[in-house]
Amino acid sequence: MNTQSTSLFSAPRLGRALRILGEAPLSAKFGLLVIATYIFVALFAPWISPFGESEIVGKKFLPWNDQFLLGTDHLGRDMLTRVLYGARNTVGIALLTTILAFLLGGILGILAAILGGWLDQLMSRIVDVFMAIPALIFAMLLLSIFGTSILNLIVIMSVIDATRIYRIARAVSLNVVVMDYIEAARLRGEKLAWITVQEILPNISAPLAAEFGLRFCFVFLTISALSFLGLGIQPPIADWGSMVRQTAILITYGDYTPLIPAFAIALLTVAVNFIIDWFLHKSSGLKDEV
Amino acid sequence: MAYIFNILLQRILLGLLTLFAISLIIFLGVSMLPGDAADAILGQAATPDTVAALRRQLGLDLPAHIRYLEWLGNIFQGDFGTSIGNGREINEVLGTRFYNTLFLATFAACIAVPLALMLGILAALYRNSYYDRTVNVVTLSSISTPEFFVAYILLLLISVKAGWLPSLSNIRADTTFLEHIEKTILPALVLTLVSMAHMMRMTRAAIINLLSNAYIEMAALKGMKRFRVIIHHALPNAWAPIVNVVVLNLAYLIVGVIVVEVVFVYPGLGQFLVDAVQRRDMPVVQACCLIFAATYVLLNLVADILSILTNPRLLHPK
Repeated sequence: MNTQSTSLFSAPRLGRALRILGEAPLSAKFGLLVIATYIFVALFAPWISPFGESEIVGKKFLPWNDQFLLGTDHLGRDMLTRVLYGARNTVGIALLTTILAFLLGGILGILAAILGGWLDQLMSRIVDVFMAIPALIFAMLLLSIFGTSILNLIVIMSVIDATRIYRIARAVSLNVVVMDYIEAARLRGEKLAWITVQEILPNISAPLAAEFGLRFCFVFLTISALSFLGLGIQPPIADWGSMVRQTAILITYGDYTPLIPAFAIALLTVAVNFIIDWFLHKSSGLKDEV
Repeated sequence: MAYIFNILLQRILLGLLTLFAISLIIFLGVSMLPGDAADAILGQAATPDTVAALRRQLGLDLPAHIRYLEWLGNIFQGDFGTSIGNGREINEVLGTRFYNTLFLATFAACIAVPLALMLGILAALYRNSYYDRTVNVVTLSSISTPEFFVAYILLLLISVKAGWLPSLSNIRADTTFLEHIEKTILPALVLTLVSMAHMMRMTRAAIINLLSNAYIEMAALKGMKRFRVIIHHALPNAWAPIVNVVVLNLAYLIVGVIVVEVVFVYPGLGQFLVDAVQRRDMPVVQACCLIFAATYVLLNLVADILSILTNPRLLHPK
């Protein structure tokens, strides 16, 4: 089960990976296509967008026309440009946060599983309490204490999310830690870092990869919600969540424009979820298929 | 019975301990701030003397643990302190706000829970059919879309284009009950859509997990209709996970209202919290966070207790 899922990512077995890709259900192919598009837009935003990120180019709230394909926002900036740049900012910040959360939660979780004892107890109880507070509420509390800035947002969200990752990393490592080969490695006198990297990580990479996708969606949605509430990514940076809020007034005039950045958020999370769904079925086989 | 009583007691004590820890986090987090309420109230006009005097008056010169106990004691007596923003008692607003939020969440739950159970059972009954696959894709999508996306789509279609319902939920003290319901329909619908998916998927999964059991096969072999097999044999054993997920979703509803309240300008606790965070009105932030967190913990506790009480293995230990 493990070799099969890791082969997805290794370059020498490209042919096999392509074959697996060919057999993927339509929803997973759609998901991959969407993600590829987002990566392309995020990388090349400055070249494909018609104007500068926060350049004021016309009057406020212009309707869709030839020059401004999606009209302009509440300050007269080009909506299309802002949406394209949003791929870079919104997704980039969410991705960075998820990676940080994984490093923090993953390392601590694996350590807790290997070392056990009072350290494990202490960390697990702290995580229990943190997890008892809903993430959005906790984020709002911490943001109001430390102030709203991008750095604070990234740190706060990655700490909150790390608690969830700690849980799963600890749980999956616990299954591996009791194996004989770990015992053997310990008796050989291998160092803690060696055991973690060489013995444990390869065996927990599949569930953690699926978890990474899920956590990314969660972080992405929470950061978007915070930005929508005016507490996340701050202007003048182009960000989908805050763009929805800033242009929301147009909805009451029957204009679709504010839905576009919201749709951009929804499309990416749906795409990632489709891929995870396929990945889980491939690597473990969910119980609900009888 | 003594055995199960012990487990329940343990869970309840653990829940209370969690609540205590949360209140500690909320209090200590805020007291880590460089400035305190005295600085915030006096603002630019502060001189060291006036700040010191106000600190004494507010009791801010006392050590942290005494202030914490006082704060907690006041909350137990229903006193959440005064808002820094307008100097009013938080209680005056908090009660109505919390009632409004509960009203919205209960309204949404009344639509979402029966609908989710029904659709979930149907999906299990006709699994792998086109209905099931459509439901799978639709629920997966609705779990993963932001609440404000669903909210604005419904707002645009139902309120702006069709004009059936008001787009703003401005509820005041003189709003009648019927008006309150009318203005809450749209936000409640949004919450229904975003919370239903999870409950439905769990209902489907819980029932399907049981279908491979021998007694289900037996029931099917003796010629029972599929519908009867599921309702009479599978469902009673699936209640525990279903009840659990329903209560967990109610907990989610209480928290998920924040974004929806802001979209519809609904005067609930979530809106109150967002405003307070923007103004950094810490006593209000503390009060709202504590109420939200406590509701969440209590509902989780209820889910825990229900799943113990509906588990026959725990009810009748060998």
